[in-house]
Amino acid sequence: MSVPGKKSGSKRKSKSDFGVALVFLAPNLIGFLIFTMVPMIFSLVMSLYDWPLTGERAFVGAANFVKLFTEDVLFWKIMKNTLVYVAAYVAFNVLIAMGMAVWITSLKKANEFFRSAFFLPMMIGIVSSTMIFKWILSDGGLVNSVIRFFGGEAPNWFGSTATAMIAVVIVSVWQGFGYNMVIFISGLLGVSQSVQEAAKIDGANAVQTFFRVTLPCMSPSIFFAVVMTVISSFQVFDQTFVSTMGGPNNETNTLVLYLYNNAFKYQRLGYASAIAWVLFFCVLIVTAFLMKQQKRFVNYES
Amino acid sequence: MRRKKQVLSIVLITLVTILFLIPLVYMLSTSLKPKEEVLQNTAALFGSYFAVENYARAWNAFPFGRYLFNSIFVGVATTVVTVVTSAMAAYAFARLKFRGRDKLFFAYLATLMVPLQVTIIPLYMILRILGWHNSYSALIIPPAFTAFGVFMLRQFFLSIPVEIEEAAKIDGCSRFGIFTRIILPMSKPGLASLAIFTFVNSWKSFFWPLIVTSTDTYKTLPLGLYMFSGQYGTDWSALMAATTISILPGVIFYVIFQKGLVQGIALTGMGGR
Repeated sequence: MSVPGKKSGSKRKSKSDFGVALVFLAPNLIGFLIFTMVPMIFSLVMSLYDWPLTGERAFVGAANFVKLFTEDVLFWKIMKNTLVYVAAYVAFNVLIAMGMAVWITSLKKANEFFRSAFFLPMMIGIVSSTMIFKWILSDGGLVNSVIRFFGGEAPNWFGSTATAMIAVVIVSVWQGFGYNMVIFISGLLGVSQSVQEAAKIDGANAVQTFFRVTLPCMSPSIFFAVVMTVISSFQVFDQTFVSTMGGPNNETNTLVLYLYNNAFKYQRLGYASAIAWVLFFCVLIVTAFLMKQQKRFVNYES
Repeated sequence: MRRKKQVLSIVLITLVTILFLIPLVYMLSTSLKPKEEVLQNTAALFGSYFAVENYARAWNAFPFGRYLFNSIFVGVATTVVTVVTSAMAAYAFARLKFRGRDKLFFAYLATLMVPLQVTIIPLYMILRILGWHNSYSALIIPPAFTAFGVFMLRQFFLSIPVEIEEAAKIDGCSRFGIFTRIILPMSKPGLASLAIFTFVNSWKSFFWPLIVTSTDTYKTLPLGLYMFSGQYGTDWSALMAATTISILPGVIFYVIFQKGLVQGIALTGMGGR
């Protein structure tokens, strides 16, 4: 296939690629600049301003951040809520996804059917899922009826400070773990049979094979799934907006909901932008932390 | 012994699956119960008759037909814009040589990490300036220009052997010809994955439509369902009927495109999250 002198040929052409590249790039690049790049930079600028939706704006430097960290009592509660949600959601999501993935791949039959069933809520979306759980977890709903039937005390799931966040996590995990499950299933199927057979011949039992061979082999894909799940869970909004509006007593108020309220309810655009950048830094710090840890846990085939 | 274990395993997982799907079964069951009976015997699967009128009540109270049309139209349009422009840009990044290419691509990559919400406030203001607030343009155009599509397709194009292109070039094929007649046909699985992801993301999207729409003319299904719940919040049978209406098209889509969706997820681990 290769033609002698083709290298020099393409090199000569490299200059003329610029025009062609511009044509290919332009449609996406223009949109990308206007709708992603510029807003990103501009939001940093706005975070340094007192910026009402209408009226005078004033440069205030880091005052928004200072206020957020030192004066805004609600902010720390919201930070705590967000972190609790992220920790609980990621842990349950990944563990259940892995458990179900292992279970489903161990089946000789019908594994596609079960995979589809557990993935289905991903397609239903979080808003509809939340509606369903609002009903199921309501006072006269199925869950409380069952609890009462067995003589238990039925909680006011979305309505009480003790259980609201738990209810939000339940909906989110029910709706979302199927995604990671699909990733893990393909990861499990990708671990070569011969490696596992070799472990078995060496006398490892099924549990040992799983933890010492299979899991390390798929650690890169697990790591990536965890990072993506963390990033997306920091952005939790739809389920709390639809179910509790952050209540009761701000128990389910999270960063993005707070951002939304500040921007579109109180019209404090500068303050909301500062919250947006706090969100970004949270994501950044946690991701950086995970990246640092990965050397200890993740095996990359050399 | 092993077969017995398998059978037991299947039976158990079937039970778990049923438990897992109860919310959906229950949604359907409630949507078909007469309004007065919903709270009487909550655990019963069926009411005294199939109350199809719940669906009529929901459908007539809010313009779900319009929401459905908007969701499909916005989803399809976003998908077309995303796939076409991303494929072109991805080709430039994968195959063309120009100054600053890697730096520019890095800028694209860097934005992948940034949560959408960081851009939302300036974006909202840009839309006001453009006069796009409450319009299809606002729903379709900004979400179509995230870096994900470019990133994903570039990876895909890089996996196509350069030799094929070189051969076409020698045969006198232009860059554009190579792109449309060689690269695109060879990338069908990648393009299909991106298309499915984009549609699914748009279909499920709530935050963005919530911010940029203010009338029913442009509202999409998740938003419509939310508006509906504001008025019919405790009319559970109507709310479940509305929920059923709003998830049905997605479920049909899932049944048809399941294979592509699942393969794409396994491939990238990012899209459609």
